[in-house]
Amino acid sequence: MSKLAFDDLELVYEQMAVAIDQAGPEQESLFLAKLALALAQECGDRAVIEDCIKMALQDIEKEAQ
Amino acid sequence: MRPAGRGPLDSLYFSYPHFEPPQRSDLQARAPVVIAGAGPIGMTAALTLASYGQRCVLLDRKETFNDGSRATCIARSSMRTFERIGAVQPFVDKALGWRFGRSYYRGEQIFRLEMPHPDSEKYLPMYNLQQQYTEAFLHEAIAREPLIDMRWQSEVTEVKQDGAGVLLTVQTGGQKYALPCDYLLAADGARSPIRSMLGLRLKGENHEGRYVIADVQMAHDFPTERRALFAPRSNPGGTILVHRQPDNLWRIDFQLKDGEDEAEVLREDNLRARIGPMIEEIGHRGSWELEWWSVYSANTLLLDNYRKDRVFFIGDSAHIVPIFGVRGLNNGITDAHNIGWKLAYVLQGRAEAKLLDSYTPERRGATLDVFANAVKSTRFMTPPSRGWQLMRDAALSLGLRNEFTRGLANPRQMQPYTYRDSPITRFAAHEAGFAGGPSSGAAAPDARLSDGYLLDLTGPDFTLLVFGDAVRSPALERLTAQAGGLLKVLRIMDASAKHGLIDTHGDAFAVYAARPDTAYLLRPDTHIAGRWPVFDVAEIASALAVCLGRA
Repeated sequence: MSKLAFDDLELVYEQMAVAIDQAGPEQESLFLAKLALALAQECGDRAVIEDCIKMALQDIEKEAQ
Repeated sequence: MRPAGRGPLDSLYFSYPHFEPPQRSDLQARAPVVIAGAGPIGMTAALTLASYGQRCVLLDRKETFNDGSRATCIARSSMRTFERIGAVQPFVDKALGWRFGRSYYRGEQIFRLEMPHPDSEKYLPMYNLQQQYTEAFLHEAIAREPLIDMRWQSEVTEVKQDGAGVLLTVQTGGQKYALPCDYLLAADGARSPIRSMLGLRLKGENHEGRYVIADVQMAHDFPTERRALFAPRSNPGGTILVHRQPDNLWRIDFQLKDGEDEAEVLREDNLRARIGPMIEEIGHRGSWELEWWSVYSANTLLLDNYRKDRVFFIGDSAHIVPIFGVRGLNNGITDAHNIGWKLAYVLQGRAEAKLLDSYTPERRGATLDVFANAVKSTRFMTPPSRGWQLMRDAALSLGLRNEFTRGLANPRQMQPYTYRDSPITRFAAHEAGFAGGPSSGAAAPDARLSDGYLLDLTGPDFTLLVFGDAVRSPALERLTAQAGGLLKVLRIMDASAKHGLIDTHGDAFAVYAARPDTAYLLRPDTHIAGRWPVFDVAEIASALAVCLGRA
């Protein structure tokens, strides 16, 4: 599967920042979970999705400290 | 601010000179150019004018140099300008050159900044030097220059202008005098009194993030690199930036949290308690001394027009940019150099006044380009809202183990701006004929030649680079004759040549994507006026005429 070019990644980064603010602090987790599900559906490769879940979980415990 | 018991000029490393006001009777004589403000920008403008034989009066209301280290990063392009105006040597001797940086997230390195430094370039991408030294070194050159009438303790209190000139009222030593001039350069800083007197206002945005900038002196052993610490233990929730300066001086910038009381943080005891753990976190164990501190917030503000009739705004009086890309000082220096050669040319009748119309589009364009980049780095350094904060933290957290988000932490340091849309960049049609190299309007890159660095051989006026020896000399002679002494021709021979100016290392042909017969026309400020895959005498003559305001 092809990866995003850096400039596109940066645009997505910016669009997501704006969208999180749009969702508001109460609903931001819901928004992000919906986004993850929609992206997973579009991605269509369960192995890739499972790797991404692991990747996103890494260092999360460290964050909580 | 300085620690208790020390005056505003009691520095640990710098002895401030004291300059007297002028004691002469001819202060009111009409000047071709007056420059208000003898900071780095005003001084660069004065030295640029002088380098073209143009006299000016340089005013400053203070009695000495700036009180703190302030703008500390000097970019390669500014070193080139200092070289051009005959002031670079003390900068080379004193400043700390660098090209690397590190970004850390929760103590772990996640990004390695590496600014390119090809062998073809004479200067490093960046140099650190306290602003007082920058001012002192430029002032040494000014003191040697009879064409610059430097007047300290001289404040502009009134500005009037009509079609024929500008009339200033200058206050010095309790006296006021009238000073008429043809043109005024306002280099009087972010709070520019001249801007207010002319009823002009900066427009744009004030960003949220506030930073304290503090200098400490300590024998800290770490190379000259830019360090950015995200989510550090010693300033939870805020970023820290660390830069090394000469004289064992270290600049520590740290972000204030929302709702923090600025006055409280700036109190000396609070500040010491705050930066002690930061100094420890960056790896220094010994003693340190507090030198100077100040507070800063990121703004993107600029004037609609950098010119008001016969008054030109240069540096912070025209634009205020966030510090994170080191563009405040460096863009101001380019402003000064840009208006400097143009104004000298116009005043001396070598160019038409129309040339001055290119100042705002070129330099305001550069500021807008800075904003586009600086807004990105500012959002990363000081996220303006929950959404930006969350995304920034996600990018940093992923960056601990994954390459793909690390580029988002790139501070996007200053790059010279390309004057693509300038009214005097008109021959872009030939761009398609090149497979690379600097485009029309770009700052000319350097190259090593048999007789030294290319940019050292150019100027002081226009320079035509012609590659190879195929172009017959009559065509070149016709061009130089038409230009009346304003055009120097550098014929660059490929590495196989036996005599002439030889591209020994192959830099010039490669960097300029040149073939035999290729030509580049460089302006006095070494921006590229136009380039031709194949030498075209008529068009090169037109490009020159355009740059002289004659077409």
